[in-house]
Amino acid sequence: MPFNRKDLLGLQDLDKKEIQTIIDSVKPFKSLFTRSIKKAPALVGKTVVNLFYEPSTRTRTSFEIAAKRLSADVVNIATATSSIVKGESLIDTGKTLEAMKADIIIIRHSLAGSPEILAKNLNASIINAGDGFHEHPTQGLLDLYTIYEKKKKIEGLKILLVGDILHSRVAKSNIWALTKMGAKLRVAGPPTLIPKNITDLGVEVFYDLDEAIKGVDVVNILRIQMERQQENLFPSVHEYVELYQVTSERLANAKPDVLIMHPGPMNRGIEISSSVADSTSAVINEQVTNGIAVRMAVLYLLAAARTKQGKKHVNTN
Amino acid sequence: MSIQIKNIRIIDPLTKTDKIGDIFIEKGKIVSKLSQVPSKVIDGKNKIAVPGLIDIHSHLREPGQEEKETIATGTRSACKGGITTVFCMPNTKPVTDNAPSVEYILMKSQKEGKVNVFPIGCITKNSQGEELAEIGILKKAGIVAVSDDGLPVNNSQIMRRALEYTKMFSIPVIAHCEDKELSKNGVMNAGKNSMILGLRGIPNQSEEIMVARDIMLSELTAGHLHIAHVSTAGSVELVRQAKKKGLSVTCETCPHYFSLTDDAVKTYDTNYKMNPPLRRQEDVDAIKEGLADGTIDCIATDHAPHTFEDKNKEFDLAPFGIIGFETLLSLVLNELVDKKVLSLQDAIAKMTINPAKIFSLKQRGTLSVGSIADITIIDTEYNYEYKKEDILSKSKNSPFIGRKFKGGAVITIVGGKIAWSKKDGIIN
Repeated sequence: MPFNRKDLLGLQDLDKKEIQTIIDSVKPFKSLFTRSIKKAPALVGKTVVNLFYEPSTRTRTSFEIAAKRLSADVVNIATATSSIVKGESLIDTGKTLEAMKADIIIIRHSLAGSPEILAKNLNASIINAGDGFHEHPTQGLLDLYTIYEKKKKIEGLKILLVGDILHSRVAKSNIWALTKMGAKLRVAGPPTLIPKNITDLGVEVFYDLDEAIKGVDVVNILRIQMERQQENLFPSVHEYVELYQVTSERLANAKPDVLIMHPGPMNRGIEISSSVADSTSAVINEQVTNGIAVRMAVLYLLAAARTKQGKKHVNTN
Repeated sequence: MSIQIKNIRIIDPLTKTDKIGDIFIEKGKIVSKLSQVPSKVIDGKNKIAVPGLIDIHSHLREPGQEEKETIATGTRSACKGGITTVFCMPNTKPVTDNAPSVEYILMKSQKEGKVNVFPIGCITKNSQGEELAEIGILKKAGIVAVSDDGLPVNNSQIMRRALEYTKMFSIPVIAHCEDKELSKNGVMNAGKNSMILGLRGIPNQSEEIMVARDIMLSELTAGHLHIAHVSTAGSVELVRQAKKKGLSVTCETCPHYFSLTDDAVKTYDTNYKMNPPLRRQEDVDAIKEGLADGTIDCIATDHAPHTFEDKNKEFDLAPFGIIGFETLLSLVLNELVDKKVLSLQDAIAKMTINPAKIFSLKQRGTLSVGSIADITIIDTEYNYEYKKEDILSKSKNSPFIGRKFKGGAVITIVGGKIAWSKKDGIIN
């Protein structure tokens, strides 16, 4: 199944076959990791730009390593040191990068829809590395891949997302991808952090974590941000811990082979207890490793689609 | 100059007229017959003459934001849309909270405008919601209403005083109803679409809470409350109940609230970003019901020009607002009259005699003999595509670009002179 997209903006847009194509492409890249030479030549001569308007260590480094392992030339732009602080608009920054012949631009932005704006205005391929509360497609894919690797299937699995669903692009991308692949999704958290229309996406809502956790195959725990308390979305961290911290005791009601996931960075002792984070059920570090392989697959597929479209372009002229 | 419009279908909602006949214009007025041979004869065959449209809600941006619109360009745009009178909101720079600002707008309109311009003054000084503006002095200078449009008057006591104080001038207080805490950081309607797009939502209740409060304050004071840009089913119902009680409450909606839903925001296109935001289909249906049963008195554009640079941004960063002068009439015809929500007569009333009555405009909003000759001639068979390059407004921020319309204005007569025609464009 070919992958014929210019951009990867979100998992809402992808159909089941496209998601499967990406997942199927990950394994060969991952097998590179255990070799002494971890590089493949797929992106030789291509320029990949990491354009990060929000601080990020994990995602930015992951994309950088992924692109380098594919032999691309990688440029990192952090907003604090760029002309963005001089007031340059997003579109102009994008056009400048395109004038420098960037082939793929990876963007992280605090405002939803920013990647879409770049995609509309540029010929370069755009990868969304997280935009506001909208989507974080490569995180969704790496979570999906990690589950797939461990459970050998997605269809029929009961998967629980815990925490701040309202402000989570990770939750959104997980929901789109996993429901399309046939998983049964649950979300748990206080009503103030769960959008009331979330059931329209085919997920089940729980306010009681102990109820939600019963019989699940996977628990994906979202980071809780301290500023949400100032917005009165919950009264105190103390109460949040009381009601929603994922602990070993609570996990006793899940399936015995439950997987524990977290997109990071973790607040140990808040949304997740240390004993859970360090338990054998946790695949949090494997998520990070898989993140690189998944991003390699995405970069490879987008570059291949570009080459194909480029050829088509030549043929029609 | 004298004009005879021959054999035209005349629709005048004030007198419930709908007949074929002639209209005579002399010395800027509508007369029963001409004292001389007309200097111009217009063939009215298959056309409709209605009172010149009155748009009670617009932003002409002058003074202070002339890069978006000026009185010259805004009134040309209105004229092309068949609008002969516009009210302009006071959120200019500086704001219209003082007599010289009102006089400036009136002077500029006299000199450069193509349609009648009636300024609206601020309710409070600098529209800050803290102290009443000098409404009496503003009224003397020529305002037709007060509003802090764009902002609600948060303090209930001040809103109460505004409704009380304006009674002596017989001008309405136009309320922009929004609970700013509920709508905080919101950029589109709160619901499934905002959740999917990851944009912060503005719930219907943000509007309705303030509609309810202001209705109660109107009840307390017997002051005339006019609610701007009604967008939700709940607001329609609140106004309906207020009217049943016999309160002095009127309201308007805008074409986008009966033509579009928040489904349109899907591509983060900022030409669908306005405040209040586009709502759900249930709200659109309720707006139409409110128009049909008379709960909603007026249709106004909330013409809000913004430059390409202002709008071509991240959805959160782009300003609220769309232009509307040149699509008002066609949207009313296609979305309301063709779809049998309103009769042509009732639809026209909401843009002519209703605003004229609410804002006490003398000799306007009707084609009766003796009134000012502001006339819009409509061709319901005029098929056209609304194209960016044809827009006369300085700004092009419309979600309707590319839409094909059936029916629109073909001639606009202002004060007895042809100001615009489809054939000749703006006539100087």
